[in-house]
Amino acid sequence: MSKKNNIFISCTEAAHTCNQSQYNEASLWKKIKLTIHLLYCKACRKYSKNNAKLTKVMNNSELEYLKTSEKDALKSNFEKELAKNN
Amino acid sequence: MINTEMPKHQINPNKWIDLYSDYLFNYTITRVRDRDTAQDLVQDTFFAGLKSMKNFKGEASERTWLISILKRKIIDHYRKINSKKGKAEVRVNFSSDSDNEGDWIEQRVADPFDKTAEDNLENKELGLAIHNCLGKLSEKQAQVFKMKTMLGYETDAICNELNITASNLWVIIHRARTTLASCLEENWF
Repeated sequence: MSKKNNIFISCTEAAHTCNQSQYNEASLWKKIKLTIHLLYCKACRKYSKNNAKLTKVMNNSELEYLKTSEKDALKSNFEKELAKNN
Repeated sequence: MINTEMPKHQINPNKWIDLYSDYLFNYTITRVRDRDTAQDLVQDTFFAGLKSMKNFKGEASERTWLISILKRKIIDHYRKINSKKGKAEVRVNFSSDSDNEGDWIEQRVADPFDKTAEDNLENKELGLAIHNCLGKLSEKQAQVFKMKTMLGYETDAICNELNITASNLWVIIHRARTTLASCLEENWF
């Protein structure tokens, strides 16, 4: 069997596809292979379930973070102030 | 005396931005709902903290101490908006002497175990549970995970900015997600 088109994938590859699919970056073929893998691999089923849960939680949390540029601006302002105080 | 057994916290403003800016920003944005205002308030908080550093007694952690300053900034912010609108205003004189800023605050939040009733309440908020779990990641993992998940950067953009390959990125993401999922499993799910 050629390695590339093998429909049976390793757990490492399954986890990789699972991660990608959390960000909608997995191709359809990859997702099919993942589904097949999940049929017989209990550990990956569990991982996949938790991973999906994490994605859902992250989406619900409405966490907002400073963009890198915003943080840099904050940092440089703060450093100026810090220099003044020393 | 219990006081003598209290763990002493150190203060080091050089690391404040890296350690606390996201936490403070997130805390603020859930309360003021405006990015620009939130950024200003966070910056004001850091400046005020810097000014009143000498009043830090090490009885609360830096983060708790900064949050207590931030809370006051948020209250001030709303009071300002309120008085602009010409509405009734409640004046509470926290402290007129700005030299003492940060002093009264610590007395109210000081807690030897850094786990106040309020902290427990805050932890019930999902966002903060996530934040605490993010603290368990390495700096790189947290950075990549935040960019990918919260800020919605494209994979390519992150790779360029951090100078890593796509497979590096996915390994980092994988480790971050595994750690986060098990951390949240313990503390939240």
